[in-house]
Amino acid sequence: MIEIRNLTKRFGSLTAVDDVSFDVGRGEVLGFLGPNGAGKSTTMKMVTGFLAPDGGTIRIGGLDVASDPVEVKRWIGYLPEGAPLYGEMTVRAFLRFIAEIRGLRGAEARRRIDSAIEQVSLGTVLEMPIDTLSKGFKRRVGLAQAILHDPHILILDEPTDGLDPNQKHEVRTLIRGMSAEKVIVLSTHILEEVDAVCTRATIIANGRIVSDGTPEELLRRSRMHNALRLGLVVGDAGSAGVVETLKAVPGVALVEVDAQSGNALEVMLFPAGGVPLAGPAGEAARANGWEVTELHVERGRLDDVFRAITVGEGGASHG
Amino acid sequence: MANVWIIYKRELSAYFGTPIAYVFLAIFVFLSGIFAFYIGNFFEREQADLQAFFQFHPWLYLFLIPALSMRLWAEERRAGTIELLFTLPVTMTEVVLGKFLAAWKFTAIALSLTFPFWITVNYLGDPDNGVILAGYLGSLLMAGAFLAIGSCISALTRNQVIAFVVSGVVCLGFVLSGFPLVLDFVGAVAPPIVVDTVRSFSFLTHFQAISKGVLDAGDVIYFVSLIVFWLFVNAVVIEWRKAG
Repeated sequence: MIEIRNLTKRFGSLTAVDDVSFDVGRGEVLGFLGPNGAGKSTTMKMVTGFLAPDGGTIRIGGLDVASDPVEVKRWIGYLPEGAPLYGEMTVRAFLRFIAEIRGLRGAEARRRIDSAIEQVSLGTVLEMPIDTLSKGFKRRVGLAQAILHDPHILILDEPTDGLDPNQKHEVRTLIRGMSAEKVIVLSTHILEEVDAVCTRATIIANGRIVSDGTPEELLRRSRMHNALRLGLVVGDAGSAGVVETLKAVPGVALVEVDAQSGNALEVMLFPAGGVPLAGPAGEAARANGWEVTELHVERGRLDDVFRAITVGEGGASHG
Repeated sequence: MANVWIIYKRELSAYFGTPIAYVFLAIFVFLSGIFAFYIGNFFEREQADLQAFFQFHPWLYLFLIPALSMRLWAEERRAGTIELLFTLPVTMTEVVLGKFLAAWKFTAIALSLTFPFWITVNYLGDPDNGVILAGYLGSLLMAGAFLAIGSCISALTRNQVIAFVVSGVVCLGFVLSGFPLVLDFVGAVAPPIVVDTVRSFSFLTHFQAISKGVLDAGDVIYFVSLIVFWLFVNAVVIEWRKAG
């Protein structure tokens, strides 16, 4: 549905987006990750036809954004960064304006507006000027205008920024609910969001794609992936003895002591080659007469992966 | 072209969505009264026409129109709504036209609120209402030219104050180029053809003819082509500096 080839954008001497190519298909929710200034928003601005690329092509549903901008914009619902809105309008007047300019008329327009209002729970603020609304409500008005015409493609630049945890949950539920029949691209800083809603995570740093895969694949790159957190109450054996014993467990590559107070010990076991550790480690504890107070298999930490990938890239380019 | 209408409606309602609209209308009517009665000697002239009223319009527009046009694009830039606007299925022409027409309509409303002058002059004497109509049309055309300049300059910045000041200066240039003082100065140092060219670019020269009831095609074409030119530059400026 979205085909991007060799996309490049320069601002003066800065190359904001550097030879980026990727495809997004129906049913996919692509999470765009990257540090601030990595080129996420610039890429989205080009896909939505706001900025003209300096090089490369963007095709949406077979149409070239550069040659058919108005037609392409009909297909897309877009929430720009910071959810800019006409503050002096009431929510209802604003959504009517969007419906009108999207070519919706009469009963169809009313039906679509009502549906968008319901989907993002705006019913209570319809007659209020947008300027007077809280950040969370403004963001939801921005979402409402993006989904108003039931677009094939949704491009959301930081859709949950500034929302409280409940509102974040609502927006994620909304995105998941729409994901089956749409193409959704969203950018975010919040890594748990990628895990929660995205089928694919693309990390961009310094204008280049540095990683592209499922969130699961990304997690697998974490050193924490399948690591085992063990809470133990050991008898007289000192922590050194415990570490030695655990190191001998088959499949354990490394043992780290995270915390120790008296006889209680918290250790982290890192596996060699993805071998499950919970079984053998538990057995070793029982055999030594240690009491197991905690046993938890880590899925991996996206923060670690994200930092490893993006900081590495940044260092390379500055050097 | 339906989109022009939709954008026009939104833009016009945006004017009335803030108190600025009413302040502007009140000041416009008040100042045109002050100018006509106290400086233009409306009564002392003892003529049944609105010359005293119209002759100050270029000066009135000089600072009132930039106040009206300054937010047209600068505000879209500041609030970031320019991104929202240009990712909707609309063309540049539709947006530029819609916004300009809304501002022009607003000026027309302001101008029409000066109807008490027309009533007064008709009550006191027997004026040529054709001349007065021509005066109103000329004033509206000139306002359109001021607005097109203001709209274009507003597109260059996200700061409304800068848009206001720069528009005022550019408009002043267009007004002053017909001023005797300026023309005499130009005449002293340049050949007559240059003087005529400078004069031909002046709002004053073209407006004075119209306000006297002479609705000459040349003057109308002058204002219309000025509007078209500045709106075209307006569109080019936005395309060029959309992200800024």
